[in-house]
Amino acid sequence: MNRSVERHRNILDFALSSLLRRKGKNVSLWVVYTLIVFLIAAIVFYTHALKREAALILQGAPDIVVQKMVAGRHDLVPVGYIGKIAAIRGVSAVRPRLWGYYYDAATGANYTLMASDDPSPGPGAADIGNGVARTLRLSEGDFIPIRATDGAPTLFQVRKVLPYASELASSDLILLSEDDLRALFDFPGGFATDLAVTVGNPAERATIAAKIAGIFPDSRPILNSEILRTYDSIFDWRGGMMVVMLGVAVLSFVIFAWDKATGLSAEERREIGILKSVGWETGDVLLLKFWEGAVISLAAFLCGTILAYVQVFFLSASLFEPALKGWAVLYPRFKLVPDVDPYQLAVLFFLTVVPYTVATIIPSWRAATVDPDAAMRS
Amino acid sequence: MSVEAVSMQETSRNLVRELQLTDLCLFTEARYTRHPSMADLHSAFQDHPMALEHFPSGSLVSPPRFRRNRP
Repeated sequence: MNRSVERHRNILDFALSSLLRRKGKNVSLWVVYTLIVFLIAAIVFYTHALKREAALILQGAPDIVVQKMVAGRHDLVPVGYIGKIAAIRGVSAVRPRLWGYYYDAATGANYTLMASDDPSPGPGAADIGNGVARTLRLSEGDFIPIRATDGAPTLFQVRKVLPYASELASSDLILLSEDDLRALFDFPGGFATDLAVTVGNPAERATIAAKIAGIFPDSRPILNSEILRTYDSIFDWRGGMMVVMLGVAVLSFVIFAWDKATGLSAEERREIGILKSVGWETGDVLLLKFWEGAVISLAAFLCGTILAYVQVFFLSASLFEPALKGWAVLYPRFKLVPDVDPYQLAVLFFLTVVPYTVATIIPSWRAATVDPDAAMRS
Repeated sequence: MSVEAVSMQETSRNLVRELQLTDLCLFTEARYTRHPSMADLHSAFQDHPMALEHFPSGSLVSPPRFRRNRP
């Protein structure tokens, strides 16, 4: 046992000194390797944390949202639907939601306007999200101009700026009283944007949704679980940009490992020949190359994942911001709760460390099985 | 740092419950990226049937699986 450990220790010692001898080449290799691991790990950490965040934050979303559909697009829902939906057994409350969008031509930002009666900002007043306050440089007591449907600008006094801590849910929100929102957009009376239905027993949600769709064939009930699944699929590895970025990172890793696997330099070949001629066995040479590969790949894996962790959870994934922001003027500032899935970390490990280590052993095995004399001459 | 993130999560969750919100405010550039779970069934073609995708976040916000499978 001790002898075996001693052998590994000696070979590891030799592998480290051999890596240090080719410092320039190995450091550049390590840097490229670390960058690739960093990119893949940052995407994996970010999407996983965001999915978890969405699942936790949106737990409080309505149990069922009922929309009315007209020609495949959602339309205002008559408040008259409330009575029939509330009469369904298992439904504990039905609340009309009145909301819409507002494009601010001055800043080019889109805001979400919503009527809130509990707590109500009061007539002529508005509660605004932190992102709106930042974009328009407003604070409590200032006035926010909103152009009504007739083109007349209406001023609302900012009663409260919603807490910075809630930016992920409320960054672009402007809360007004119901009467103000109806007057602003000339909302027809007796209609709401959609209905939020509360169901006592979560197991009954799907049945109640089916009953609502049965009573109102023009309605579209959206379950809370569907809302949560939406965020699962947005940040799924197959989702749009995510698959492109992952594909590029994995492909560059494959090219990198392939380059390593397809050949040894003349110097490395000569070194193997010399080691064999001084009495090293093929097994020892392979062990040496295994340790060389393992040292580089483990160091790159550890540094790459630590850098990705810092970038995502301490620097708020600022590297991805331009991609996520797109053309939006208003982008929320938020911090993700650190959460790493051990399964994803294991997959990342087996996708990067194992193929690279194997890729370094194969050409060495080919060089180590030839005659030392021929290896040194080549 | 994580204490701050946890408190942000808690505050957001309370606000979602209080105001009955349905979506995260991640992409504000279009209706269907601001509220992907509330979007039209045909939101990718909202302007006309052959419309090309306008927004970079549209490549992130693909129609959810349950919606793609629905008739």
